[in-house]
Order: sequence, then C-alpha cells, then structure tokens
Amino acid sequence: MRSTRKGRNTDTILPSEITPYEKYLSRRALLAGGLGAAALQALGAWATPARGQGAAALAFTRNAALSVEDPPNSYQDITTYNNYYEFGTAKSDPAERARDFQARPWSVAVGGEAEVTGRFTLEDIIEPHPLEERVYRFRCVEAWSMVIPWVGFPLGDLLKRFKPTSRAKYVAFKTLYDPKRMPGQTYRILDWPYVEGLRMDEAMHPLTLLAVGLYGKTLPNQNGAPLRLVTPWKYGFKSIKAIVAIDFVEKMPRTTWALSASDEYGFFANVNPEVDHPRWSQASERRIGAGLFGARRPTLPFNGYANQVASLYAGMDLRRNF
Amino acid sequence: MGMAHRALKPILFLACLWPALRLAVGAAQLSGLLGALPAVPLGADPIAVLLHGAGRWALNLLLITLAMTPLRDLTGWPIWLRLRRMVGLFAFFYAALHLAVYLFLDQGGDFAALWRDVVKRPYITIGMAALLMLVPLALTSTDRAQRRLRRRWTRLHALVYPVAVLGVWHFWWQVKKDIREPALYALGLAVLLGYRLWKRRAALSAARSPAIRAACQAGIRSYPSRCMDP
Repeated sequence: MRSTRKGRNTDTILPSEITPYEKYLSRRALLAGGLGAAALQALGAWATPARGQGAAALAFTRNAALSVEDPPNSYQDITTYNNYYEFGTAKSDPAERARDFQARPWSVAVGGEAEVTGRFTLEDIIEPHPLEERVYRFRCVEAWSMVIPWVGFPLGDLLKRFKPTSRAKYVAFKTLYDPKRMPGQTYRILDWPYVEGLRMDEAMHPLTLLAVGLYGKTLPNQNGAPLRLVTPWKYGFKSIKAIVAIDFVEKMPRTTWALSASDEYGFFANVNPEVDHPRWSQASERRIGAGLFGARRPTLPFNGYANQVASLYAGMDLRRNF
Repeated sequence: MGMAHRALKPILFLACLWPALRLAVGAAQLSGLLGALPAVPLGADPIAVLLHGAGRWALNLLLITLAMTPLRDLTGWPIWLRLRRMVGLFAFFYAALHLAVYLFLDQGGDFAALWRDVVKRPYITIGMAALLMLVPLALTSTDRAQRRLRRRWTRLHALVYPVAVLGVWHFWWQVKKDIREPALYALGLAVLLGYRLWKRRAALSAARSPAIRAACQAGIRSYPSRCMDP
C-alpha cells in the first residue's frame, strides 16, 4: 500500500484519505479500549496516510489541561502547508522536498553556560521524558493559523538536565545546516543556519514544548523532524525545526528573522493583534481548513495564552519589544 | 481575415478564461458542487490560491497586452493588435476578481477593513490605485469610444504603463522575503517598457535626419511610425 503511495503528488490525495482529528481520536479510543500495543502500532500506522514517510506511532498521554478546544486541522493540512525555507519558500515545498530527508541518526550539541554540555544523541535527549499530546493553536506571522496536536515534552524538563548556570540568561537553538540534505539552503534567502532563541523564563515555561511528534506519530520531515520547538503564544517562526544545537548564553541571541528584517520581526515575536507587521495587519487571522467563507477570525493577545504567559512580560513595552 | 484568424479570438477568449474557470471549479468543489468534474484541488489555503491566482493572471495578461506592440513590430503581423483589447479586458477582469476574493473571501465582506487597508497599507494603496486606473480603460475599450476620443484615447490608454508598474510593485511589496518571482515580473516589465523608450529614441533621432523629415513633410507615409508628433 505504502509503496504505491510513495512519490505521489500531494494533489492526488483523496478526501477519504485525510484523517480528521475526531476520527483519529476515535481510533485511539477504540484501541485503548482493548487492543494491545502491537495492534495499536499496526493500526496507528495504517490510520494515517503515508504522508510523513516512515512515521512511527508514539506512546504518550493526552494533556487535556494544556490543550485548546478548537477543532484541530487535518493531518493533510498540517503536513502539506507550512513554511520551512530550508526546503524552499513555497508552502508546498517542505512536503515535496523533505520527503527523502534522513532525520535519524541525529544528535544535538549542547553548550554554553551550563554544567552539563556535549553532544547527545536523539535518544539521549528524548528517552528520559514521558511524552504528552497537546493541542495548541499555531499562528503564523503571515496572518494564517492552525490548530495542531503535537506530541512532545516540556523544553524546561530537558534544559534542567544540563544544569544551566546563573549566567545563562537566554537559550539559543540552531537548525541543521546541510545544503545537500536541505536544498533550500543552497539559496541564501536567509542567513543559514537558522537561529532562534528564548529568554530563560520563556524557555522554562510549562507551555514551551519540544515536539517530537504530530497526530500521535513521529514528526514528518516537513514539520521539523526529528526535534522542534513549539512556543504557541509566539509567531510560528520562533518554533525552530530540526534542532542540532542548544546553547545557554548570557546575551540575547541574534535570531534569523530579526537579522533578516529587524523592523518587521523582533526577538520576542509574541502574537499581538495590537502591533501590526509594518506591511500587514495582525489584528485578525485566516484559519486554515475553515473553508471559503468566514475563515477570518480575530487574533487573540498571546494567541489566546495570555493567562499563562502575559506575566512573563509584565512592565515591558510590547510595542517596542515586538 | 481568413478562417484561421477568425478562430483566433474564440480560442484566445477560452485561453484567457481557463484559469478563472479552473479556480471557479475548485472553489465550487470545496463547497460540494461540481464533483463530477475532474478535481481541482486548491490545497490547505484555498483563499490564498484564489487570491494569488487571480492577481497573478491580472499581471500576466497586463504584461501580455504590453507585449503586443513589440510583437507586431517584430513579426510585422497586425493581428497582435487586434487581440490586445480582449487580453486587456481580461487583465481587468482578473484584477477585479482579485479584489473580490480579497474583499469577500479573505476579509469576509468587511468594507471598512478594506478601506483601512487602502489607507494604511502602501502595497494595498498602490494595488487599488492600479485597479481603479484600469476602470476607465475598460470603459473606453469599445470601437465607439475609440472613435469619439480620437487622440485623447491614446493618451488615456497610456495609463496602462503606470498600471503595470504599480501592479508589479504591489506584488513585490507584499512578498515576505523571496522576491525572485516579482523580480521576474519586474524584469519582463522593464524589457517591455525599455523597448518603447528605445523605439521612441530611435524614432526621434530618425526624425532629425533630413531625408526622413523631408519624406514626412512631403506626406510620404511609408514609415508612419517614424513621422513623430513633435
């Protein structure tokens, strides 16, 4: 079955192949209701089409307290429409051009102001942490949005293992730089490698997720396999993909989009309907998957997570620190 | 006009309409209609596909209208100019469709939001200006208007140049980072406008040559394009 689908254009996916979230949940409920783990793996792999090649089922618990009620986007939408300039600048490029990307083996270099530093394998990074599913809103700086069921664990739990020192004020992340594997990097549209960063309190915040999966399975290549950041109250470009380096630093890191156009993209990049992008409004957003009519909805401060995160920025001028 | 020539216009009409038909079928299929027709998938963000599709075709056709005169000069065939009006009207049609998708689908019919955008967002201001400038051109595209306006018609329709510049600029300005595609349009436009400048200069210098001036004064009209207005 999979071999016939491999290499097929995304245009030819039938509506019947798209897994809506309710169906995905009901399949999981059915499985939890009696079938064994092996069956879960087998059926899990069957349940979602072979978009993310080789995506494997993950064991996780659902974190309802940190999940939003909005209906999630389909697996098809999430895995065929996104920005990942390492594979090209069109929204369809990541799905088409990351197909053969090898996300394993993988390692992450940890350095800077911490007691424990060095190179860690992906397994070293992930295995000590119980995985959970969180349904988060995702707001792109381009004024479109999705709702995504991530699987991952709190970034803070990982960072604590490295025992950051008191000099660690920020944490910086780097994406893999390898133009042979990431063809978009052959064109210097951005200053590669992609760098992102968080202030330490943002990084340690319980909402900040290190995602390893999507819809109950390992991350598809096009969504940042094998390891990506998710900061749901910030614009999507903060959620750096395919992380190969984590550095604890004293000074605010120079992040890629802020370097590229400092008047348009700031370090904090908190979702803020009051502060427009210089060229377009951020007051509202178009929800992907909402059809042709009525897809536009008001954007919420901190993307609807103000209760949890607004206190991080108490006393700060959010117009200046955009 | 031979049979082949007579068939040209309907063929061109269908060719110009084809992208709009495709988009319309895709949009209808999203609403559960026209399922019997071949699928036209508009992807995860159909509004963006409709919006950008219409906008891109407005620009494509605008540049094609500007290519008609150079093509006539290069080939010597007058047929190009006879097709120009239809292409120009389709450029207006796609520009209007682009605005309609923006206003009614993207902005949910919120006229106040559109006005705020026009006032506040420079790339929308110039896009709207370009569209409004196309309106008088579309209205005066008939043979009758052309006859009645005479020389003023030519002057009025020179508006197509600023329209094309503003249209390409509008495209360029809203791109987030990857300007390769709008740059390609800008290059095409530069060639088409550059050709006109070059032709004008060549004609002016030719008009300065005594032989041609004499020919023009004598009313010899074998090179009409070289007998320039002062």
